[in-house]
Amino acid sequence: MATAALAEAHDEHHYTSTGLPHTKIAIWAFIGSECFFFASLIATYLIYKGRSVVGPFPHTPWVDPATGQHFKPILNIPVTSASTFVLLMSSLAMVLAHSAVVRGDRKWSKIWLASTALLGATFLGFQAYEFTSFVHEGLKITTNLFGSTFFTLTGFHGAHVTAGVLWLVTMLFIDFKRGLGPRDAINVDVMALYWHFVDVVWIAIFTLVYLIQ
Amino acid sequence: MATTVAAPRAAGPKHKYESGIWSWLATTDHKRIGQLYLYTALAWFLVGGIEAFIIRLQLYGPNGRIVSAETYNQLFTMHGTTMIFMAIMPLSAAFFNFLVPLQIGARDVAFPRLNAFSYWVFLAGSIFMNVSWLFHAAPDGGWFAYAPLNTRVYSPGLNMDFWVIGLQILGLSSLAAGFNFITTIINMRAPGMHFMRMPVFTWATFVTQFLIVLSFPFITVAVTFLLFDRFFGTNFYEIAAGADPLLWQHLFWLFGHPEVYILILPAFGLVSEVLPTFSRKPLFGYPVMVYSLILIAFLGFGVWAHHMFAVGMGPIADSIFGITTMLIAIPTGVKIFNWLGTMWGGSLRFTTPMLFAIGLVSLFTIGGISGVMHSSPPSDLQQTDSYFVVAHFHYVLFGGSMMGLFAGIYYYFPKITGRLMSETLGKWHFWLTFIGMNLTFFPMHFAGLDGMPRRIWQYDANQGWDVDNHISTIGAAILVVATLIFVINLVRSRRSGARAGNDPWGAPTIEWSIPSPPPAYNYATIPTVRSRYPMWDMKAPELTASVPHSPAGEKEVTVKVGGATAGHIETPADTQLNAENAHPSAHELGIVMPTPTIKPLLATLGLCVSFFGLIWHRHVPIIILGGVIFVAALYAWLLTPLEPEH
Amino acid sequence: MTADHSAHVTRDAHGDAHPVEHAHPDWGTYKWVALVLTIITIVEVYVYYTGLKDTRLFVPILLILSAAKFAIVVMFYMHLKYDAKIFRGLFIGPLIVAMTVLISLLFLFGHIAIHAS
Ligand SMILES: [Cu+2]
Repeated sequence: MATAALAEAHDEHHYTSTGLPHTKIAIWAFIGSECFFFASLIATYLIYKGRSVVGPFPHTPWVDPATGQHFKPILNIPVTSASTFVLLMSSLAMVLAHSAVVRGDRKWSKIWLASTALLGATFLGFQAYEFTSFVHEGLKITTNLFGSTFFTLTGFHGAHVTAGVLWLVTMLFIDFKRGLGPRDAINVDVMALYWHFVDVVWIAIFTLVYLIQ
Repeated sequence: MATTVAAPRAAGPKHKYESGIWSWLATTDHKRIGQLYLYTALAWFLVGGIEAFIIRLQLYGPNGRIVSAETYNQLFTMHGTTMIFMAIMPLSAAFFNFLVPLQIGARDVAFPRLNAFSYWVFLAGSIFMNVSWLFHAAPDGGWFAYAPLNTRVYSPGLNMDFWVIGLQILGLSSLAAGFNFITTIINMRAPGMHFMRMPVFTWATFVTQFLIVLSFPFITVAVTFLLFDRFFGTNFYEIAAGADPLLWQHLFWLFGHPEVYILILPAFGLVSEVLPTFSRKPLFGYPVMVYSLILIAFLGFGVWAHHMFAVGMGPIADSIFGITTMLIAIPTGVKIFNWLGTMWGGSLRFTTPMLFAIGLVSLFTIGGISGVMHSSPPSDLQQTDSYFVVAHFHYVLFGGSMMGLFAGIYYYFPKITGRLMSETLGKWHFWLTFIGMNLTFFPMHFAGLDGMPRRIWQYDANQGWDVDNHISTIGAAILVVATLIFVINLVRSRRSGARAGNDPWGAPTIEWSIPSPPPAYNYATIPTVRSRYPMWDMKAPELTASVPHSPAGEKEVTVKVGGATAGHIETPADTQLNAENAHPSAHELGIVMPTPTIKPLLATLGLCVSFFGLIWHRHVPIIILGGVIFVAALYAWLLTPLEPEH
Repeated sequence: MTADHSAHVTRDAHGDAHPVEHAHPDWGTYKWVALVLTIITIVEVYVYYTGLKDTRLFVPILLILSAAKFAIVVMFYMHLKYDAKIFRGLFIGPLIVAMTVLISLLFLFGHIAIHAS
């Protein structure tokens, strides 16, 4: 009873039934929903795997019977391994940014937020490079089922990373403007959850799309 | 975030958002948004009804000539799309909005501005979809728009473009609302409002929101593929490129079957509020009711391919999906028996909401049974794509969802407006609906079993379908009359219905403890809840003896309304009878409410501009302009605090 | 979900408010997590470039490795291991249903099948 009275006196207005912030519950519900979104995209990629009528193909070379033109296997594992590593490191930077914000450490919160954003942008750079070189090698989104499913799946993932980078940059901007402190920890935490989820999706994509043939 | 309660503030000059049209455009009040949903959805219900009636006129006799084949395709596609996405779902959303915060003892939803955004996006999407009529290019591929018929090759016009984009917009609205209500129900329950004390409507809402956020991604992805195919030339549904037409069907029905429960569960919830009140008995088997809701939702993800028995998935898949479909009838049947158990031995009052609730129990049962009939693949092969299926899902959606929603409208109208609806007109409405509904849809069972296919524009005479179709159309005419009576009742009662008071029905849940219509802040003091039926604890404790309570000896709800505690009033609290706005304002009570804002509407307008650009010759600058408006509005919205600084 | 029996009375009287400790791991944990994730990624790429590629073990190994990475990020970086139980429900429930649907779709399209041996 005492606790209840205390809770009420303390803050009736921002009372929550679970004691947890709204945004964090919402972001987890959102992540649950996103599982279905990416599961559908990945399922489609896998269902259509090996069903393309014409090349180029992800893992095997292809000769166009009409023109005799040679096409290399499209996927570039070394480059993608590097970009995968970059995204993993961005998750590390993100958790460090969060702890800096919790500590109220304004210097390191800026450094780690900036690093996370920069690593995210680097990942996007890799993806831009990957996409353009694929187009040069003859794979467009319209070329075949592989092109349609591949670009759509990785493109949507890239769009999520882009949104995350924008979010990070906005947060960094706020940090420079007024400094992020412990009271902002929850907002950074929610952003971090989103960011890690996008990373986790990439972990699945890297294996299912790039490594398994 | 500041954590102190604001001191009472002097009422300053009225902000322009506090009255007139602006007060609606900038509202973040869940009750106002609920009403916007209600009236918009009812308007679309009338539009969808007119479409249905034209279909019935066309089919009245053999070789009807009222509309062309093209128009007919547009009519049945838009009838289905309208009723599902623009009438039943938003009617449910009207109740989610209006009721959930009231039922859990909260002052608003978790994200009031996101809530406004959901409504505006819904409005934009529904208008967008219907604008297509002006171009004689309404969607014409059926509400499930099978691939590859929905691709550019087979549907070259704007028709399916409108459908693809419109559906995407409507999906966004439902998803945004879904996250909002999940958070609201988890996190904004008043003290003592445990999960197992929540009113069943709130439970139904909770489960429905999970169905929405977990099944809409499938349709989002399926429709995105279609959009890419139609606009950018990808190959997702391009058979020549090796695509499998079943991909669309699987993704669509992975959404489509949970969608059935999205349409029916809120109606189940409403009926579960109405039946105990008018039976003067607690809901029979409350925990079972809750678990069956959860079980239905869970199993609902494992039955989708029963819509696809005819495509030849093979004996294993057919058997599995047949069995899961039969299984899902169990928790559904349990609910029916629980409602019967609630009425059994109760002192029944046959008010209009009660009649509609009983209508749901009886008519949904018929639809449920015909549903179990086509859970068996061999009999499904006889019934699929015939009028039998049309009969089945209209018993579920009209006999079930709409009956439940009408029950909810009659039951909660007094809470929404402060006035009762006319019982005389209400009973006319009910009986005409009940008779018209059965006349319209029951003969379709026979027409279907006699081989009448769905979605045909004309049929030849003397195939044994003539009489069935005559009766169906006569039934539809009766439904038109019934609906007109409902509209008249609604308009008249809103203006001059009898004053309702706080609790006109003697209902058990806490939303009836506050004035009708409720003040902006709902509860002056957040209530503390001690059982499932706080109002009966107070007014008729003998009714709730069997319901678990907190054993503190405090069998009452402590609800303060405008300084006076309503918790101890013995008779139905009619303090507000002749003083609609007698209760003090949020300012006077020092309650901080969200600031009204136009930004969610601006964000929606940005989206509209983008989608307009997409359909208007894929005009890239317009698409980008819309995107910029959207992002700018979003930033402006997210970077302003929800409430006035304090 | 709390049922209404006396065991929960104290909680009831406390108005259902029981703020949860937001325990987050620290640098000590994070550096090990990062190291493990890096090593698994290296192993994945290594497996890809070795003779394992043509064996029946190739796919299961990769799936297990990426599942491990997935779980590690979710447990530590997203601190699900330390956080309120409700978040586990919100994430793992949908994740299981989504995975089940994905696998069923692969069965339905004949990409995977159970062969009697
Ligand atoms: Cu179904």
